[in-house]
Amino acid sequence: MSYQKPIPNIDPDSAPYWEAAKQGKLMIQRCKVTGQAFLYSRQLTPGVVDNEVEWIESSGKGTIYSFTVARRPAGEAFATDVPYVIVSVELAEGARIMTNLVTDDPDSVAIGQPVEVVFDKVSDELTIPKFRHV
Amino acid sequence: MSRQPVIVGVSDAPTHERGRALPGTHVLSMQRDCANEALREAGLTMADVDGLAVAGMWGMPGPGAMQPNLLAEYLGIRFPKYLDGTNVGGSAFVLHAGHAYEMIKAGVCDTVLILYGSMQKSQAARSLGGRPALFSNQWDIVSGLPLPAGAYAMAANRHMHEFGSTRETLAEIAVSTRAWAELNPAAAFRGRMTMEDALNAAPIVDPLGRFDCCLVTDGGGAVVMTTEERTKDLKTKPIYMLGHGESASHVNINWMPNMARLEVAEHASKRAYAQAGRGPKDMDMAMIYDSFTITVLLTLEALGLCPLGDGKDFVKGQRTAPGGEFPLNTNGGGLSYCHPGMYGIFLLIEATRQLRGDAGKRQVKDLTNAVCHGTGGVLSSGATVILSNTKD
Repeated sequence: MSYQKPIPNIDPDSAPYWEAAKQGKLMIQRCKVTGQAFLYSRQLTPGVVDNEVEWIESSGKGTIYSFTVARRPAGEAFATDVPYVIVSVELAEGARIMTNLVTDDPDSVAIGQPVEVVFDKVSDELTIPKFRHV
Repeated sequence: MSRQPVIVGVSDAPTHERGRALPGTHVLSMQRDCANEALREAGLTMADVDGLAVAGMWGMPGPGAMQPNLLAEYLGIRFPKYLDGTNVGGSAFVLHAGHAYEMIKAGVCDTVLILYGSMQKSQAARSLGGRPALFSNQWDIVSGLPLPAGAYAMAANRHMHEFGSTRETLAEIAVSTRAWAELNPAAAFRGRMTMEDALNAAPIVDPLGRFDCCLVTDGGGAVVMTTEERTKDLKTKPIYMLGHGESASHVNINWMPNMARLEVAEHASKRAYAQAGRGPKDMDMAMIYDSFTITVLLTLEALGLCPLGDGKDFVKGQRTAPGGEFPLNTNGGGLSYCHPGMYGIFLLIEATRQLRGDAGKRQVKDLTNAVCHGTGGVLSSGATVILSNTKD
């Protein structure tokens, strides 16, 4: 069966991120001037007028900045996943990313835990970077 | 007498059956009725209105994309001089009041009508999912973050981690708000709630349970503002607007600079207090948008009503309940009175009634100053208004 969950409306800003995910790479952006790494991807550095932005590959390592365990689904497509975990991960490079934490034990999740990226190929068109405990 | 802006009329739409609009009502007639009632109590008519501010989710896609135009047409407001359709979420009406203040004071217009209506409960329009994965929401929607609750849950977990607040802290807020609702005959939910009820409620998105989340109701309201000068032949006691401020920082919770700290409210309230010449210690009560219990906790700290991280002590032991030390959300809030989707206008309505002395069984004694703070989106935007029954 085809993938039933929401898929991203990929735009020119986010296309490099999603294309790289298909190749098993977690790409983030970095300001060439300040060195600040960030997501979501934009063709400018937040708060800076110029567009001195480069794409870099993240180590895929980070720690949990915050999270929630969904006891009710975000619509029918997620109903069979409940309970599932959504995390905000602070990557080693400094950017923050929001995605799912893959775990069999949602009650064990805590802020500050080290995590690493895994790539979930949900269809031929879409691979979603997710995280798991290290 | 002066062009000092004042609130002279307020009205909220009656509902029944736990927050349903009355039979035969629709989203425009509800707003017409609220507008007429707020104007009537002041002794004004629609012909006096020369400024219109409105926000809502109705009529979209379609004419709701231009709500000020549509309401000018529907209500027959002839060539208003100030229009405002700013929609930054449920805080919008508090921003409108701030904008109206400046327009009135500058002499652009004299009498502004702020309006809101929603039929979201009757239309079963709310869901935790179904939003498009567009722009910066590509990540959270794809991950199945239930919205808006899941975003607030993430802020709650971060606040608990940094400052040691707990689920009991949040339950204190749910319980004290319900106790106020018991005193408000217009509240949708008035049954007694205990700490155990709040803590044992169905989990939604950890750490938030059912009673940490606002209601889903229909509802609407109106606020009429004019100049102090105009009030000499009006019927209500004028409530002075002394200061206002607004700000915004993000759309998606992951791009909130610091999830444990509501910086938009810090910025908005700082400007409001400075303009009013009155600070947090002068505030006798607060009306704070309670989309979720965590919203209240973050906002109390951001408004300077207690130091950052001390919200857990501020609300402990039902300090904010009827009879407690600090009256908070005295109408029963979005948690127990009504929450039609964009609740901000009810902050202004209740603060005005309290400052006039018109709040019935829930009336707080010896009030001079009230701070109202609206939050929009997922802690995305914020607006503060300082109201008082004296400008001296």
